[in-house]
Amino acid sequence: MCRLAMKTASEPFSPFSVLTAMEAMQEGYDGSGLGLLLRGLKFADYKYNAQDPILSGIAHSEAALVRLDHIMDKAGFTLNYDHEFEVKKEMIEAQDRHKYILRVYKKPVTWNKLSASEIEHELMLIRLALRANGEAHGNDLTAFSLWPDVATIKEVGWPLEIGLALGLDSGRITSRICMAQGRQNTNYGINLYACHPFFLQGVATMTNGENTAFIPIKDWLTGRAFPGYIGYQSDSEVFAHILHYVTRQLKLPLEAYKHVITPLKNDELAVHPQGDFLRGLRDACRRLIIDGPNAVIGTLPDETAMLVMDAKKMRPATVGGKPGEWAIASEMCGVDAMIPDRDRSKDFQPMREHTVIIPPDRQELQIWSQFDQLPIPQAA
Amino acid sequence: MVSVRSIANTPSSLTPNDLPWIIEHREDRCTLCGQCAAVCPVGTLNLTYMRKRMPHLVLSATERGSSYKTFVGIRQSTEIGKRCIGCGSCSLVCPNEAIQPLQNPGRDRFRFVNNQQGEPAKRGGRRNVPGASLLDRLIFDRISMLTDPALDAGRHEFSCNTLLGRVLPPEEYVRRKLAGEWIPPVREIFPFVIGSMSFGALSPNMWLGLLQGVAYCNEVLGIPVVMATGEGGCPPWVLRSPFLKYIILQIASGYFGWDEIIRAIPEMQCDPAAIEIKYGQGAKPGDGGLLMWFKVSKLIARLRGVPEGVDLPSPPVHQTLYSIEESVMKMIQTMSMAWNFRVPVYPKISGSTSAKSVLNNLVRNPYAGALLIDGIDGGTGAAYNISMDATGHPIAANVRECYLDLCAQGKQNEIPIFAAGGVGKNGNVTQNGMALIMLGASGVHMGKFMMQSAAGCLGTESNRCNVCNIGLCPKGITSQNPKLYRRLDPDQVAQRVVETFMSIRTEIKKVMAPLGRSQSLPIGMSDALGIDDKDVAERLNIRYVC
Ligand code: SF4
Ligand code: SF4
Repeated sequence: MCRLAMKTASEPFSPFSVLTAMEAMQEGYDGSGLGLLLRGLKFADYKYNAQDPILSGIAHSEAALVRLDHIMDKAGFTLNYDHEFEVKKEMIEAQDRHKYILRVYKKPVTWNKLSASEIEHELMLIRLALRANGEAHGNDLTAFSLWPDVATIKEVGWPLEIGLALGLDSGRITSRICMAQGRQNTNYGINLYACHPFFLQGVATMTNGENTAFIPIKDWLTGRAFPGYIGYQSDSEVFAHILHYVTRQLKLPLEAYKHVITPLKNDELAVHPQGDFLRGLRDACRRLIIDGPNAVIGTLPDETAMLVMDAKKMRPATVGGKPGEWAIASEMCGVDAMIPDRDRSKDFQPMREHTVIIPPDRQELQIWSQFDQLPIPQAA
Repeated sequence: MVSVRSIANTPSSLTPNDLPWIIEHREDRCTLCGQCAAVCPVGTLNLTYMRKRMPHLVLSATERGSSYKTFVGIRQSTEIGKRCIGCGSCSLVCPNEAIQPLQNPGRDRFRFVNNQQGEPAKRGGRRNVPGASLLDRLIFDRISMLTDPALDAGRHEFSCNTLLGRVLPPEEYVRRKLAGEWIPPVREIFPFVIGSMSFGALSPNMWLGLLQGVAYCNEVLGIPVVMATGEGGCPPWVLRSPFLKYIILQIASGYFGWDEIIRAIPEMQCDPAAIEIKYGQGAKPGDGGLLMWFKVSKLIARLRGVPEGVDLPSPPVHQTLYSIEESVMKMIQTMSMAWNFRVPVYPKISGSTSAKSVLNNLVRNPYAGALLIDGIDGGTGAAYNISMDATGHPIAANVRECYLDLCAQGKQNEIPIFAAGGVGKNGNVTQNGMALIMLGASGVHMGKFMMQSAAGCLGTESNRCNVCNIGLCPKGITSQNPKLYRRLDPDQVAQRVVETFMSIRTEIKKVMAPLGRSQSLPIGMSDALGIDDKDVAERLNIRYVC
């Protein structure tokens, strides 16, 4: 089993506070890895403009770093800030990490004439090109994300130790959202790309549990001929891609995600105000029905955070907090560790029909049920 | 040695030992009741007086050297048309277990002469390949219980239905729905379908029993089972009944029964489940249907709009078939239009290396609702042995290939593939069906298995019985002779249909639970399949296990 922790707050905080919270849940993981995804970034030694893309990854050799620079140069990016981690090499298990990359770039000037969605497409293609380049050279270059205001760190080892080894305790990086997952995916082989959170064009998710419907879902996503639907070193990566598909390709509201991954049953649809639309949606997206047990935690580019469960609800997750500050964790003690001074009686454990949404203003939790009306006026 | 002419001997002469089935009769137990001879469907048994010489030693010149004893016994006909078919009806009725057919352990000589008058061997039933089939050897080996909380087949809820009908890509669905445009009809059905067997091939009692059972499954148990008619229509009362929604109506190259169907459309209370256009049949690809004259009873003649007692051959292909593309398009559109685009329409083809081209044609046809591929192990009411034995394509590789082809185009959810041909031929119906589903089928059709399970069909892969083609079905399943079909009680058939589907449903859960699947049928979940044969594993793109 793996453990998940996510904190979202109006005021930036150190990711290290989330790592310490994960220690509270340590019985649940084996310390085989850590994945961190930060949004709403603030650097102590650099004034960051949230429009500028940030590249996150690892160059495993000098040559890989040179190739990376070359690719970025050629694409027209200008390096604005190169975050130098204070790495304590002896604390890292893997010996081939030449440089952890967290760099802020200025977008190519030629992109000025591109639309927002074209830019987003280009950013994805560059990240995929970096990834492909690494894969073509014995995996010496790993690119996790290239996106404005998003930083990703993934490494093998015990989460707290990785945090210390990378100097995350120094407070040089803070963020308004921190998603953290402890443990490498072990269902389909160990690989840095297999580590949660998964990211695609601003959409990120992390999950615990096994998705037994992985292969049919993967086959279907791969068939979309969308360049970003690749990878699948982990069965959980599909959760991020389905969220991407529902919100970005189908342009449906976030609430529709739940109807796609865990559709209602016939008798429930029969009494739902949009039963007819939802039944058709279920049929059309049938290959995206997940088969948990899973708890899926996701965040969107506007800093919305969300939590959903699989339909069997055989994985735990709790959300709690107070206006301006919320936390989601696989165990209540994880929430306690992240936000101790909250009203615990308001903690919430979603059931199979719920989508917990923490909107960007972070004032209150929205608990949306699949039995409620979906916010699509035309489909009513 | 005597001269050749003095013994009865022709090139086609056979002795009981040359026949596929040899009768073992125990005189010491026989009561001479004659029931076996009366029940034998092919009239192979003759109760005969036989004479036996009783030699004894005489010394007197006035007495003869031997006397004769007459006794009554059973004689097995060695005539080709009357050879024992091993059905076992005689054993069933014998009060003293005095008689039983035994399979000839050697290679019978009968097969070499079973072409009298130049007519090649024909039979009904099955392909006759005994032993475990390939589908029987596919196992489900990805057990997720080890890594995650267990599903309980008896306690948790399982969603095991499938979809029949054209499903739009999600983007197009959302667009059309919001714009209020036509959405193709889709039926949610149980993935095990009673495959097409015509009202002419099946007896009225069999048909009624199946329909009653199907209705019970739907209306009482909530298992949405559908059944397909073969060519030849459907009884008029069914067409006008609310049960029509459980029926897939087939149109084949003879168009038999369609006058009656078209006339009934305005009076239908509901739409049929779907329309199946038969282009081919796994058991006899390239051959049309054939209903022999003795099966064309008054009712059948009325349904099919033909005179009574005439042979009813269907042409091998549809008259409209200039090219498959054109035909599929025309027929699918015509049929869709007949029900105002509310009923899924799909073709049934025989398994073939060319199945993929039909499939790709369907992908481009926005009205095509599915593709049913019938493999070489499919059954039939009547076919030439050579068609049944050696013509066609096994279903597993055919389905897999088509599914992977759809995956490559990202269209595997849009055109469901249904598989048929040998599902449950050795009794492992759920295993076979689920294996095909994990290879990529959305569901399976089964005919022979239903006859065996629900009506006690005597046929086996060792060429037992298999005389469905001559109207003498000993169980009354495939006969229009009231004397025979009265043997079959429709209520009992219905009950067996229900029992069969209840057990399939339980077994589906028993397969899905350990794989950690309960939310949807594991279509294409090929990571759960393994086989102990490297070549097959490679061909099907699944795991080799040993
Ligand atoms: S087994 Fe069937 S065909 Fe053979 S003798 Fe008995 S009743 Fe007749
Ligand atoms: S019992 Fe009837 S249906 Fe079965 S094989 Fe014999 S003739 Fe055919």
